[in-house]
Formats: sequence, structure tokens, C-alpha cells
Amino acid sequence: MHEFRMPSLGADMEAGTLVEWMIKPGDEVKRGQAVAVVETQKGAIEVEIWESGTVERLVVEPGTKVPVGELLALLRAAGEPVAPQVEILPPPAPAPVSKVPSPAVPEGRQRISPSARKLAEELGVDITAVQPSEAGGVISRADVERAAQAAQAEKAPAPPQEAVTGDWRRQMRKAIAAAMSRSKREIPHYYLGADINVTRVTNWLAEENTKRSVAERLLPVIPMMKAVALALREAPEMNGFWVDGAFRASEAVHLGMAIAMRGGGLVAPAIHDADRKSLDQLMADLRDLITRVRGGRLRSSEMADPTVTLTNLGEQGVEQVFGVIYPPQVAIVGLGKITGRPRAENGTVVVRKVITATLAADHRVSDGHRGALFLAALGRLLQEPEKLR
Amino acid sequence: MTALTREQVRAAIFDTLCAIAPEVDPASIAPDEPLRDQVDLDSFDFLNVIIHLHEKLGVEIPESDYGELATLDSAVAYLVRRG
Repeated sequence: MHEFRMPSLGADMEAGTLVEWMIKPGDEVKRGQAVAVVETQKGAIEVEIWESGTVERLVVEPGTKVPVGELLALLRAAGEPVAPQVEILPPPAPAPVSKVPSPAVPEGRQRISPSARKLAEELGVDITAVQPSEAGGVISRADVERAAQAAQAEKAPAPPQEAVTGDWRRQMRKAIAAAMSRSKREIPHYYLGADINVTRVTNWLAEENTKRSVAERLLPVIPMMKAVALALREAPEMNGFWVDGAFRASEAVHLGMAIAMRGGGLVAPAIHDADRKSLDQLMADLRDLITRVRGGRLRSSEMADPTVTLTNLGEQGVEQVFGVIYPPQVAIVGLGKITGRPRAENGTVVVRKVITATLAADHRVSDGHRGALFLAALGRLLQEPEKLR
Repeated sequence: MTALTREQVRAAIFDTLCAIAPEVDPASIAPDEPLRDQVDLDSFDFLNVIIHLHEKLGVEIPESDYGELATLDSAVAYLVRRG
């Protein structure tokens, strides 16, 4: 029997509200199939399942807020006999509704980590009112932060049921605040920038686009994405996760694309295996992703998977962007506006199209020298656009 | 195909902008100011504008002509001319 649990769709997610099941008991499901819609602080996400089999039982009712890691459904693997009901069904536990910590003092003595106690003092949180995320567990810094947020939220006139229906924009702001605060608190960033001559790649792209119908044209960011993904293969310390005090490199390059939402907010879902995709495929994937960010739904794997982030802020004239790493990732690559700039070449001044590429990387994992090699590889790859296809 | 009128083109542009940027009030757009200063359009949105206009009006818009669509007035003039 496979247990399908609420996935973590990003470092900042603690719970999600099940909005809708896309399956019912008895359905055959395939690995990678979207099976449920979950409302998170970053909007509604289609959650995929990573086992194939037959749906045995849906444990959680739509409308329930479920902590990360809680059981959502049971799945029977192919060939597994239908177990008698009594064996597979533990008494249906009340749906695990997670509530904002209530001010009630928990029974028994509280166990509090020293740093959580210190944080509570700093934030002016009444430690006796804080509840651990697991019943009977130790109160952590995260629990204190949550209590502080809840206290803040109580002061503000919050609409009821805000996770499901309410102030979604505020939720997203909170999610970004949590992730970025954690990043700046925990990750020792270092920052590098390099001007890259993109005359050849922009000319090549303009030429390429004259051959294409309007719907097939490539945006300038597309060859850049491919070059970033390929350069990451040469600098594996920029691609992966910092987990439990150690770096875990990723073989695959899942490029998180920072995408602004209309009216504010930001998500950075993944384009999977960006280093292996053609430019046409990258364009199709980016189109699909942006369209769903701005109007539809993202999938769980896109939210949870990025191994690195790319932010492209050149649109409004920004020339350099030094990003904040999205934990547990270890690097963020920034691209600015392509501008004509004078450059000295062979003793004369010529005007070239130039972009400033930046890297913010985690100093626990890599040093400036390795970061410099990454930017050098990016610059080199962008000189041979015909090879990027 | 009959020639496009200014009104047809203008209506198609408003339809397109409203589909891509629902917060936009077409009446508030200054016709001779750059569109991208008035409507929050990134390059992806702008490409979608071009694709929509191509589909609605049947006009081919090469990338080298994108500058012609900078303002509402210049876009209408360009699309009427090409239509």
C-alpha cells in the first residue's frame, strides 16, 4: 500500500488546503499524474502523485487544511490484492485540521529550544501561549515565528478562512517574507557580476526569428536560459540543495524561473531538465509556465523541484540584479537589460550589445572562484549561439 | 480581404490588452504615450499581444517592426497600413 501525503511545495510551506480531488476510489493513477488541487500561500497547485496504482481510499475531505507530511490518500500498487476493509482502515482519524496556534496553554510542561525562547523574547511573544507543531514536541523557532505572525494577524482585521478564500495576496507576501528572511538569516551570500557580450546571440536570434511565424518566435531570454543551464553543468556547486547541514548536488538542472504575477507577488517554478531541452521546447515550456502562473495552476513538481533560480529583470531597464537565494537552493542567477555599450577591443572602442549577468551563491557550498568559473562558462556559451539549439 | 478600419484595429487592440492585462481600463490609455509605460507588459506579454493581433487581424508583424507598436496611435496606423 502506498501512502500519498501532503508534499512540501517549497521551503516556506507548512500546510496546504485540499481544494479538490481529481481522482476517486477505484481509479487507476499513473506516476506523474495530477491527482489533487491544493491551495497554498502561492495559489492553487495541482499535486502530482509519484507512484502508479489504484486509488484505495481518499483520507482527507476537500476543504481541509492539512500539514505537510500528513496522509491524504491510500494507493494500491499494481498486483497488490484488495485488502479487506478492516485491515487497511485504521479508524478514520479526524481530518487533521491545523489551526493557528491558539492562546490556550498546553497541558504539561512545555519543552522549548533555547534559541526559540530567545526569539520569543525578541519578538515579544508570550512563550506560554506557543504550541509546538507536533503535539508534545519541542517548541522551535518556527513555532515562535508562527505564533508571532498569528498575533500580528489577529491585530490586523483578517477576513475569516483566509487560506481558502481570503486575502491571497497577503498570504503570498507572507510566504515570500518567510522564505527570504530565512535566506538572509541562514545563507552567507556572496555576489559576483560580469558583463557579457551578447551581440552574436542577439543577432543570431533576430535572424532566427525572421524565419519564424509570430507564434514560434523565441524571446531573448530563451538562449540565455539554455546557456545558464549548460553552464551549471560545469559548476555543479551552484545546482542543488543545502539540506541538514550539507550540500546535495543535483544531477538534473531544473531551472526555477522567477515570474512576476500581475498586481504583485512572485513565484519561481521549475522548467525541468532545462539543460537537455531545445530552444523551441524551452520556449513552449516557458509559455506554458507563465500562462499558468498568471491564469491557471502550477503543478507540485514545478514548485518543489527547482535546483537553482534564474531572475530576469531587464524588462524595466534594470541593468544588474543581485538576487536573494531561495532556500534550500544554493544559487540564483540574475540577468539585466541588454544594452549597447562601448567596449574596448583590440585598441579601439566599439559598441556591443552587453548584458550584466550576476550570481548570488551560498558561501557554505562554494567560493568566489567557482562562481567566477560559472559566469565565465556562461559568457563562453553565449558566444556560440548556434550550439545552444 | 477588405481593408481594416481604424475602429476595427482599435477594438482589436483593446480586446487584446484587456485579455492580457485585465486590470487595464482602455479609456485611460493615452494614445500617444508608450503603451509599455502605461500597461505593465513584459516581453512575454508583448509577444502575446503580437500573436493575438496577428490572429485577430491577419496582419504579419515581423520582429523588426515591433517598434511601430510602441503607442496606441502608432500601432493603429501601422496595422491599418499593413491590413
